[in-house]
Amino acid sequence: MSQKHLMKGNEALAEAAIRAGMKGYFGYPITPQSELLEYLSVHLNNRGGSFVQAESEIAAINMVYGAAGIGERAMTSTSSPGFSLMQECISYIACAELPCLLVNIVRGGPGLGTIQPSQGDYFQAVKGGGHGDYKLIVLAPNSVQEMADFVYLGFDLADKYRNPVLILSDGALGQMMEAVKFPDYDIEAHKVDKSEWATTGNATGTHKVITSLYIKTEKMEEVNLKLQAKYREIQEKEVRYETVETEDADLVIVAFGLSARVAHKAVDICREQGMKVGLLRPKTLFPFPKDQIKSLAEQVDQMLVVEMNAGQMLEDVQLNVSGKIPVEFYGRMGGLIPTPDEIVNKIKSMYEQYNPMEVTHV
Amino acid sequence: MAKIKGHISINIDNCKGCELCIVECPQDSLKMSEHINTQGYHYAVLVQDNCTGCTNCALVCPEAIITVYRESKNKTKKERVAVITNVTENITVNVS
Amino acid sequence: MSDTFNEGITCEFLDDCDIVWDRPDSLLDTRLHYCPGCGHSVVHRLLMEVVDELGIRDRTIGIAPVGCSVFAYNYLNIDMQQAAHGRATAVATGIKRVRPDRIVFTYQGDGDLAAIGTGETIHTVNRGENIVIIFINNGIYGMTGGQMAPTTLPGVKTSTTTSGRDVSIHGHPLKIAEMLALLPGAYYVTRTSVISANHVRKTKKALLKAFKYQMEGKGGVSFVEVVSNCPAGWKMTPVDSNKWLETNVFDNFPLGDIKLPVKD
Repeated sequence: MSQKHLMKGNEALAEAAIRAGMKGYFGYPITPQSELLEYLSVHLNNRGGSFVQAESEIAAINMVYGAAGIGERAMTSTSSPGFSLMQECISYIACAELPCLLVNIVRGGPGLGTIQPSQGDYFQAVKGGGHGDYKLIVLAPNSVQEMADFVYLGFDLADKYRNPVLILSDGALGQMMEAVKFPDYDIEAHKVDKSEWATTGNATGTHKVITSLYIKTEKMEEVNLKLQAKYREIQEKEVRYETVETEDADLVIVAFGLSARVAHKAVDICREQGMKVGLLRPKTLFPFPKDQIKSLAEQVDQMLVVEMNAGQMLEDVQLNVSGKIPVEFYGRMGGLIPTPDEIVNKIKSMYEQYNPMEVTHV
Repeated sequence: MAKIKGHISINIDNCKGCELCIVECPQDSLKMSEHINTQGYHYAVLVQDNCTGCTNCALVCPEAIITVYRESKNKTKKERVAVITNVTENITVNVS
Repeated sequence: MSDTFNEGITCEFLDDCDIVWDRPDSLLDTRLHYCPGCGHSVVHRLLMEVVDELGIRDRTIGIAPVGCSVFAYNYLNIDMQQAAHGRATAVATGIKRVRPDRIVFTYQGDGDLAAIGTGETIHTVNRGENIVIIFINNGIYGMTGGQMAPTTLPGVKTSTTTSGRDVSIHGHPLKIAEMLALLPGAYYVTRTSVISANHVRKTKKALLKAFKYQMEGKGGVSFVEVVSNCPAGWKMTPVDSNKWLETNVFDNFPLGDIKLPVKD
C-alpha cells in the first residue's frame, strides 16, 4: 500500500494495530496518549475487534491478560503514571508468557509530573518495572512512521517469544503529525499457533492453565531459568539499531526516540563544521545493542549520551564501554526537549576538554 | 411402603473427617471410624443397613468422595454374563 | 471412582443398583487442599456438575482469584486463568470481549471481590458483561491467616480485630450483592449457601440458571453469592461453623434471590 496518510503518531499507532489484527484494545484516558484511545473507540469495533474503555489502567492491563491468554492479539496504551499502575499485572503477564503489546507515551515525571514529553521511564521499561526477574522487549520509535511500523513488529515479536512487547514513545512523537505509509500486512500469514497454551476451552480432555504461581521453589526457579534463557535468545537475535555517519567518527552520540531525532540534526551541524560526529540510535532498548556500543568504544575517542531524563540509558552505555573511553551526558528533564544547538555546544566543549594523553585504552 | 434400599461407598483415604455427612444423614447410617486414614483423619463409615440412597451425604461432602447407589427401580433382573474359558474356545453362558 | 473401602457394612445387592450420585467427570481426581469441611470444595464440585450437565467443558474458561481458591485450577478440568488479586472480572471481560462465544466465569472470595477488587467488580457488572461471577463470602481472609474481611460481621474476632470488629474503627460489613443488584448491568443476583443438602441443591440450581443465562446471551452479569464457612479461620468445627452461619450470618446476609431477570 503506497498511499501516504498525514497522521498523529498516536493515531498511526492505533491504525497499525487494527491492520495488524488486534482483536482487543483496553485503555484508560491519560494525556498525552488519549488520541490512541479515541481513534480506536471509533474504528476498532466495526473493523473486527473490541474496544473497551476500562475503569482504570489496572483493569485495562488485566483485560489484556485475559484476551492475550485466550490467544488473541491484545493491546493497551497509557502514559507514565498509568504505566506505573499496570506494573503488577505486567509482571504476571511476563511470567505467564502472554504475548501482547503495551504502549507508553511517556510524559515528564516523577509523580503526576507534566504532560510534556520525556524519556524518564527508561529504567522502568528496560529493567523490569514490576516485581521479579523479567524483561519486556522494548521498541523505541523516533518517527510517526516507526510508531506504526513497530506495532507490526511488536505483535510479531510478542507472538514469536510469548513475551510482552512495549513501545516506549513520548508525548511529542504521539502528538506530532507526519506522513505515514502502512505496509501490506497479511494477518493470516503472521498467525502463530497458540493452541498448545491458549485457554480457549478444554476440548481435548487435558485442561490448559495460565498462571504465574508456582509454590514449589524448584519449579519457580525452573520457570525463571526458562525465562532467562528466552531473554538471552532475544538479546542474541533481536537487536535493532541505526547508525548515522559512524564509519569515520571520533565522537559518537548515543540516543533513542525523540532525542535521537534532535541528535541527528546535531550530527549534521557538527559535520558541516568539520567535526567527525556520528550517531548510534538503539531501536530496541531491550535487547540493548551492547556489541555495537562495545565495538564503537574501540573505534571512537568519546561518547555522548543524550536523553530526556537524568541519565538512564547512560548507565547501559557506560556498562558496555567499561571505562575504555570518556562517556559524557547531556539531558533535559521535566518535559523539555534538548535543542540541536545545545547538543552541538556540549560536543564542542567535549572536544576542547579532550586530552588523549589522559585516556588509557585497556 | 417399603423403603428404598440404597448404599454408599466412601473413598476413605481422601476423607478429612469433617463430619458434615454424619449430621446430614436422615437415617443415622454413618459414624466416624475409630481408625485414621493415611492423611491422619478419622473417616466416615456406613454402619447401618438402612441407607435409602438419598444422596444428602454426598451433596454436603466437600471432598466429593461418596458414591451413592440405589436399588434399581427396574426389577427385571439384569442379564448376568459369565465367561468360561476353555482350552479351545470361549463359551458364553447366560445365568439367571 | 474407587470401589468401596468401607470397613462398615457391605452391600449384598450392589449389582442391582444404579449409581445415583458420583463425582462429576470434570472434577479432577485429586485430593483438594482445602481445610476439612470447607465450602469451597462443595462449590468447586457443583460448578463441575453444572459444566458437565450443560456440556460446555470445551468452551468454558474459569478465572481463579487470589485467596484460598487460587489453586482452583488444580481441581477443575477446564481451561483456567489465574488473575491478579481482585482483577478476575477484568480478566473475564478481556476474554469475553474478544471471544463472545466462550462461557466465562470468575470464582472469587470476599477479599478479592469486595475489597481489593471492588472497582473491577462494580464496573464489570455496570458494563453488563455477559459472564458469571461466583462469590464465596466467608467473612474472613482464610489464606493469609484469618484477618478481617470486608464482610466480617460486627463483633467477630479475627487476627486483625482481636476484640471483635468494631464498626466505629473498621467500618461495616459490605453487602456487595445488594449494591450490585442496583446496577442495570446485573441480570441475576442471588445468595445461597451450602450448609445442608437442600442448600446445596439450591446453589446448584442457581449456578445452572446463571450459566444458562450466559449461554442464552442474556444481557448482563449473573452473580451467585455463596455464604460459606471457614472452620479453620473461625476456629470452629465444620459442623459448628455451619450452625454459626445459620444462627448468626444469614440474618445479616439473607439467602434468596436479590434480583431476578425481568420477564421478556
